[in-house]
Amino acid sequence: MSRRARIALKIAVWVVALTPLARLLYGFWMDDLTVNPIEYVTRELGETALRLLLASLALTPLRILFGISWPVTLRRLLGLFAFVYVCLHFAVWIVLDHFFDWRTMGDDIVKRPWITVGVTALLLLVPLAATSTTGMIKRLGGVAWRRLHRLVYVAATLGALHYIWLAKKVLIQPWVYAAVLAVLLGIRAGEAVRKLAKRRRPALA
Amino acid sequence: MTLRYSDVTPERLYLSRRELMVGAALAVIGLDAGREAAAAPPAGAPLKATPNAAYRVADAPTKIEAATTYNNFYEFGTNKEDPARLAGSLKPRPWHVQVDGLCAKPKTFDIEEILKLAPLEERIYALRCVEAWSMVIPWIGYPLAALLKQVEPRPGAKYVEFTTLKDPAQFPGQKPSVFGGSLDWPYTEGLRLDEALHPLTLLTVGMYGQVLPNQNGAPVRIVIPWKYGFKSAKSIVRIRLTDAEPKTAWNKAAPQEYGFYSNVNPTVDHPRWSQGTERRISEFRRRQTLMFNGYADQVASLYAGMDLTKQY
Repeated sequence: MSRRARIALKIAVWVVALTPLARLLYGFWMDDLTVNPIEYVTRELGETALRLLLASLALTPLRILFGISWPVTLRRLLGLFAFVYVCLHFAVWIVLDHFFDWRTMGDDIVKRPWITVGVTALLLLVPLAATSTTGMIKRLGGVAWRRLHRLVYVAATLGALHYIWLAKKVLIQPWVYAAVLAVLLGIRAGEAVRKLAKRRRPALA
Repeated sequence: MTLRYSDVTPERLYLSRRELMVGAALAVIGLDAGREAAAAPPAGAPLKATPNAAYRVADAPTKIEAATTYNNFYEFGTNKEDPARLAGSLKPRPWHVQVDGLCAKPKTFDIEEILKLAPLEERIYALRCVEAWSMVIPWIGYPLAALLKQVEPRPGAKYVEFTTLKDPAQFPGQKPSVFGGSLDWPYTEGLRLDEALHPLTLLTVGMYGQVLPNQNGAPVRIVIPWKYGFKSAKSIVRIRLTDAEPKTAWNKAAPQEYGFYSNVNPTVDHPRWSQGTERRISEFRRRQTLMFNGYADQVASLYAGMDLTKQY
């Protein structure tokens, strides 16, 4: 892929990833964030974070299934945008929803499993965001860096679980995210098993 | 403070009122469309009621626009915007309410009869949703007791069960889905008979000086201000007196989260969130939730001796 095409693609990711935030800001400006704006903004930020995280996890399956490898160059950008939205989601919870009522929030983190897993997912993403620079990849070395970044599978799973547990049981939307994640992780698992089998066969021969 | 509906009535409602007038005009010259429009008073048609100063919370009422566009009414759909968007499919006329069970004079009431059974009052109640948000709403109706008296409950009657209309043609949310249903239709709710006869329990046919909008439970619903909102069944077609505690829709869906009583109680958490605070719609900071939603003086005695952490 040409350098120019890669830049165009990255600009497209920036535009797509920033659109939900722009819409919220526009809604704030126009006073059009539903009649329960804090709840609405929290939900939109959370869902966008989950979507971007799933998008970042969809690139490797594209390579595995169809041999298309160029989208992988967008992975870091999508992952970082997902992290940005997770942080905004968390900040809205602290500032707008609870207005720095640390005691109530602390109680919630301990008492409510869906909040526990949500905060855990956020914490797991911190080292990944911190080591996302090219310099950090070099410093850690490819093998260690890849191992560390497998934490994203745990974070995404906790994120999906966070949504399932917070929503009423009769709603299907959270299960759609969980199902997509299961497919994306399943494709990786299938590939890992296939590689393992391939590696073992020559040894047996 | 005097509430002026002109301040808070959205243009949409004015427009539907205009349609009513056009419909009435057409009815005069004998056109079918006109007759149909005249048969069902659209949401927004004015409804006269006498304000009852004894039942009036001090806080300012929520804007009508908020109260008619932010609704939990899963018969239309699970999103809060669904009921307002899809409300047109519900036909609140003709409408009958069957009142039966353990009573001497069971009867099926026509909605027009219900509207005239007792003087309509306006009461301004606080509404606390189980999801920890709240509103203040001027309802129009009269005590449910007035209706129940008509059928003469038998001494064996201990509970009242409310049933909401089940008709997927009018309620798109009731259509079977490949992903499984949302709730078990029809929606049923229930009260102990003494709760049902309590003067606060309001048989409701209007709000904000107008006929009850479809998305708020037209043509007739119940309002029980000291309980979480879902207890207040909407679009009621049957009221049954019974000796056994009725099965209720949300209790069937998630028994550990929604009890039969579901009294507003800041000391009993929902398993997934604290009920200690609530967000009043249009306010920024959370406010403290009051025991029995602020109606403790009037209803606490109904639950004397009960462990409300167990009978939640």
